[in-house]
Amino acid sequence: MIGRMFRGGVHPPEKKLSADVPVKPLPVPEQVIVPLSMHIGAPAKPVVQGGDEVKLGQLIAESSGFVSANIHSPVSGVVRTIEPRDHPLGRKLPCFVIDNDGKDDAVEFTPLGDWPTAEPKALIEAIHAAGIVGMGGATFPTHVKLSPPPQFPIDTVIANGVECEPYLTSDHRLMLEHPDRVLEGLRIVMRVLGLDKGFIGIEQNKPDAIALMREKVADHPGVEVLALPVRYPQGAEKQLIYAATKREIPSGGLPMNVGCLVQNVGTLAAIRDAVVEGKPLVERIVTVTGEAVAQPVNLLVRLGTPIRLLIEAAGGATVPTAKVISGGPMMGLAQYTDQTPVIKGSSGLLVLGPEQAPVIEAGPCIRCGACVRGCPMGLQPTELARLVQNDDFAAAEAWGVLDCIECGSCAFGCPAHIKLVHWIRFGKAEVMARRKKG
Amino acid sequence: MNERLKLIVSSSPHVHSPDSIPRVMWTVVAMLVPATLVSVYFFGLPALLTVALSMIGCVVVEALLAKLFKKPIVIRDGAAAVTGILLALNLPANAPWWMILIGCVVAIGLGKMVYGGLGQNIFNPALVARVFLLISFPVQMTSWPAPKPLLGSAATDAVTAATPLGMVKEAAMLGKPIGSLDLPGWTDMAVGYMGGSLGEISAIALLLGALFLLYKGYITWHTPVSFIGSVVVLGQVFHWINPDLYPSGSFHLVAGGLLLGALFMATDMVTSPITGKGQLIFGLGCGVITVVIRLWGGYPEGVSFAILLMNAFVPIIDRYTVPKKFGFTPPEKGEEEAA
Repeated sequence: MIGRMFRGGVHPPEKKLSADVPVKPLPVPEQVIVPLSMHIGAPAKPVVQGGDEVKLGQLIAESSGFVSANIHSPVSGVVRTIEPRDHPLGRKLPCFVIDNDGKDDAVEFTPLGDWPTAEPKALIEAIHAAGIVGMGGATFPTHVKLSPPPQFPIDTVIANGVECEPYLTSDHRLMLEHPDRVLEGLRIVMRVLGLDKGFIGIEQNKPDAIALMREKVADHPGVEVLALPVRYPQGAEKQLIYAATKREIPSGGLPMNVGCLVQNVGTLAAIRDAVVEGKPLVERIVTVTGEAVAQPVNLLVRLGTPIRLLIEAAGGATVPTAKVISGGPMMGLAQYTDQTPVIKGSSGLLVLGPEQAPVIEAGPCIRCGACVRGCPMGLQPTELARLVQNDDFAAAEAWGVLDCIECGSCAFGCPAHIKLVHWIRFGKAEVMARRKKG
Repeated sequence: MNERLKLIVSSSPHVHSPDSIPRVMWTVVAMLVPATLVSVYFFGLPALLTVALSMIGCVVVEALLAKLFKKPIVIRDGAAAVTGILLALNLPANAPWWMILIGCVVAIGLGKMVYGGLGQNIFNPALVARVFLLISFPVQMTSWPAPKPLLGSAATDAVTAATPLGMVKEAAMLGKPIGSLDLPGWTDMAVGYMGGSLGEISAIALLLGALFLLYKGYITWHTPVSFIGSVVVLGQVFHWINPDLYPSGSFHLVAGGLLLGALFMATDMVTSPITGKGQLIFGLGCGVITVVIRLWGGYPEGVSFAILLMNAFVPIIDRYTVPKKFGFTPPEKGEEEAA
């Protein structure tokens, strides 16, 4: 390994309850709710409307700008309406409501053919057409990521199989059950960027996945599997790049600033399906887990499936009051309703009882420094929170509030239970709003 | 699903380490128990009563003041108990009860509550009280009971004993060489068989407690290492220059309140720098001031003054030891930074 361990970080209990549970498909629901925003950037523009019949995999909304993504119907049936529905982000956003006719009558998929000889442009177009976005949670449109401006040549591509969030096992299961799809996806990305070198980063708490991927890459001398120390947030883009290459993304910069590109392993499998089978992104693996579900599972779920059905598939909630989190326990979003749908970035659904996720009132900062030692970005979270609480946003900006990656390491270890990430997030929003105002 | 699941919504992260303020504070109290037990062994029941009165006193004073200031009463967080036990460990074992209570009022009132309570104070509350008492009641604060072990016979029949540092200071003033003094042996001092404040006497017991705090991550190595290291090294250097006037580094290590101060007082989270680098500077400052007072000051012991003085420098130390942020390392070999 050329790189090195990042500074800071924490080690929460891993609790990979569903690590040994094979992925099984969840029955397709009678109705799906498909948001027009399942990616970062402009919402997609509908190309069908209420009353239209649609087939499985049919384009129903097209990307409406440079940073945007296509959306395809995850079922066959009839579009009932397009209206605001509860979105995992925590508010109502426009969604297709599609009644499933149960036939899974699919459009004809057109594979690209022999991809190793295909032009990068054609590959990117296939990925764009399939509506692929970053499936680790950030949901950045993949075709944009694969088209860096010419002044930023990419020399290193890293597959992110770190899965450092506690509880989540969807990437782990994917690597165990479909290693060839992940590897082929990585090789397609290498082809797009004209590289013969690539890494697959996996945390050492998944020795089976490391061994299997190492076996698979044996025939591909350009690809190296990195077994990374178990420390959160090892899977954060900046920390992963640092671990693989020792390169530090400059403040405010992107991976391409240091010639790197990171793709989640789920995204890579989707890229492979798009190129080799011509399949659009209409389903994904979701870990449904937590102490407050009866049976933690890994499910293959159609996009648009309400999370209520996922909880039922995991045996239902075992407590009357729970925290239902879209994503992992460190960065996931607590849901205010169980009606929100699975979207492209839904890597996990975590159900925690009050015992695992107690809401504790914040006490005074005792300056213990746990947040400073834990911050993988070298920030002083307690100072940032204090500045934001005092409305001193200019100072908060000077102290690097915008560099925060919101990983939660600081708040995790704070003995005073101060909601550090919450304050910092508020500070970031205020600073950005002020910048816009000029 | 007939019964709707009730949902809790809050901002991430949703899980938390088991650490909490009470857990930190009560662990510190527990790790001072070995030193307390040694003092009970050497000074008997009065030592235990002093500790008990001081802890209860601090907790009660905090509760009363919180009520007076109309603030929430948070005595269960253990912070007042920590102040109480530390104050007791900084007093002679036979300190009069009224003096202990005055100490409690000063520690909690002037040391902490006037600043706004836990986390807001600049100076270590227990040390504020100790120095207040030392200046106000010099006689009571410097008449140390002679150690009389529970098992075995006492070395002397004397009722009071000077501290080793006090003996050295007196010799220096009288112009007597240190070699002519009847100082306790090094092993006796390390175990705690000497005159001194309740909690400072046993180097070994203090070290045991501190090692556990280090293991738990409630203190870091930086302050103790630079504080103790600078005292020992500086002390030894002067010992080489004039062994008749200046005691050795190893004597400095075990003779007075250095270990209690460096392991449990200077490491107080609230009143010490937040980064490791800052703590190294802080410890070094404490060490230098301690040696200066011990060798040339009017008081035989300088640990309390040193820590309080350095407490005042914490904001400025913090200001100049801000950690390097990720993403601010310039690219290697003069590569142009891509903006």
